[in-house]
Amino acid sequence: MKDRSIHILNFVGLGFFEPAIRLVTGEEINKNLIALLKKVLLPVVTVGLFLVLWHSGAMYLYNIEKDARIEKALMDQGEAGALEMRTCIESGDISCQPNTLPSPAQVWTAYKSLLTDHAIISEKKTAFAEKVAVTNAQRKEQGLAAITYTGRPSFVDQIFTSLKTVFAGFLLALFIAVPIGVMLGLSKTLRSSVNWLIQIFKPVSPVVWLLLVFMIVKTLTRGSDSDSSFIISFISVGLCSMWATLVNTSMGVSSVDKDYINVAKVLQLSVAQKVFKIILPSSFPLIFTGLRITLSVAWMVLIAIELLAQSPGLGSFVWEEFQNGANDSNSKIIVAMFVIGIIGFMLDRVMLTIQKFVTFTEETA
Amino acid sequence: MAYLELRNVSKSFGTGKDRTQVLSNINLEIEEGEFVAIVGFTGSGKTTLVNLISGLLMPDEGQVLFKGEPVTGPSHERGVIFQNYSLLPWLNVRNNVGMAVKEAFRKMSKKDRNKRIEDYVEMVNLSPAIGKLPKELSGGMRQRVSVTRALSMSPDMILMDEPLSALDALTRGNLQQEILKIWNKDKKTALLITNDVDEGILMADRIIPLKPGPKATLGPEYKINLERPRDKTALNHNDEYKQLRNSIMEYLIQIGEQRASKKDNGYVLPDIKPRIKSLPFKRISFS
Repeated sequence: MKDRSIHILNFVGLGFFEPAIRLVTGEEINKNLIALLKKVLLPVVTVGLFLVLWHSGAMYLYNIEKDARIEKALMDQGEAGALEMRTCIESGDISCQPNTLPSPAQVWTAYKSLLTDHAIISEKKTAFAEKVAVTNAQRKEQGLAAITYTGRPSFVDQIFTSLKTVFAGFLLALFIAVPIGVMLGLSKTLRSSVNWLIQIFKPVSPVVWLLLVFMIVKTLTRGSDSDSSFIISFISVGLCSMWATLVNTSMGVSSVDKDYINVAKVLQLSVAQKVFKIILPSSFPLIFTGLRITLSVAWMVLIAIELLAQSPGLGSFVWEEFQNGANDSNSKIIVAMFVIGIIGFMLDRVMLTIQKFVTFTEETA
Repeated sequence: MAYLELRNVSKSFGTGKDRTQVLSNINLEIEEGEFVAIVGFTGSGKTTLVNLISGLLMPDEGQVLFKGEPVTGPSHERGVIFQNYSLLPWLNVRNNVGMAVKEAFRKMSKKDRNKRIEDYVEMVNLSPAIGKLPKELSGGMRQRVSVTRALSMSPDMILMDEPLSALDALTRGNLQQEILKIWNKDKKTALLITNDVDEGILMADRIIPLKPGPKATLGPEYKINLERPRDKTALNHNDEYKQLRNSIMEYLIQIGEQRASKKDNGYVLPDIKPRIKSLPFKRISFS
């Protein structure tokens, strides 16, 4: 049981919990205590340091902003105005708070308010669904589309929208890059003939891809009034992120160990068998490395693309909050930043686990 | 007519100035049921020779004839045991062997195929490890799988490219005996490439040294008339064995020296002497 859970933890890349488990079972207390301190306590200490640094930085910026405001009030309205501004700021009144880098506490408050907001909105949604249930059933019988909730999406909804977009984009990248990569890897002629295309398009910025996709999709969907922003953003995400997989796949396929190829020759495997039984399995490690990079790139560019494509998701959430300029907007942006980072980290861990699961480890003689 | 025949076979690699002829004018005849060993130095073109016979490489000049027909590519008739095992690391023992069985006996039912795989794995005493991946096996076990894979296709001829050279001495001795035992059952034609004269004498009917490359050619052949089964320890006291071993060794040392002296003539050493310059740093002694 113990060894099994440790094995699983190591497998999914959470090996730093290992000493904790060993400690709980009372195994080599001293050694594991030190290991635990190293693996868990030190990160906790650095998190604390980070928060302290952040807080003091935020305070410093806050003071600059505050002084500037008071100075301005002094210039515009004289002594009385300045005093009023100072008391107003110090009283914590929302109307006159300086707008700058939020402190950790403010971000935490914003995080909680976003959660409350989500609870309210989901409540509204369920209420709405109940209200229109009968009507929708009728409409369905009549062959009409159901009435859907069109209110403002909550932060949590935005996360799921983003995940959906990134997943669609990732699948698109997978289905384009892996087959093409295999073909390129198999044929040297093909590889050298389209190499220029890969080399030129690989470094193109996500923004340009978005505009390109926009040009094409806009023309193709002419006449239909459905919202094409999701299509545009997921295709752009796919196109931006597929290059890593494409290059890695073609490299993996073209650099299969010569011994394995000799085995295929000696066994007289057919071309299809050679590809599916020898070449693909032996290039799996590189293909999955590529896919892992693709997923993290997809998540990274997603935010920028959503921001520009006006498609719902975390990117547009950040942009709207920035445009909004409300008192807690900055804090919400920072919350989104952390959420984006944490989800990116989790996606990477998921990919790592899948990668470990499907690939063989190179034999050691 | 010989079972396998090489007629004036030459093979070169590289182009232009870098072109080197690895094998030159190789003539070899192997009769059916014969066990021939070719001994040679590393880098003398032994693997190239095996690849030419297996059909992985084509000769530049001359012909490789198998049962009177020119070799045009790899075939199930000639099973190859590779030097570095060449097992597929993502397949377990059963599937590594199974892949070969499936290819060689396409019409066989799945049940018969499984039976065949299991029988052959049993033959090399690997039944307990049949579900294991190559990385979980020791070097000796891996080579056994490789042997099984080659034999399970029931080839007419077995080509062994230094199959035991990567193993330690003890495992090596065991595997030599095992391969001999299997070979003894149906006495298939076999070609063993090795760098170990003792191994050659122990296993083969005939030993042919390969002169070191480039432009490697085969040397004079040595018949081994020792009675089978041969026992390694008993052989050590056998006069015929000693004599044979000495003459082969002498021959190899002789051609080795020739190569070495040839090399010496090839390079002119520059007439320079080291100059000792005093360093600005303090000298540290490591004594």
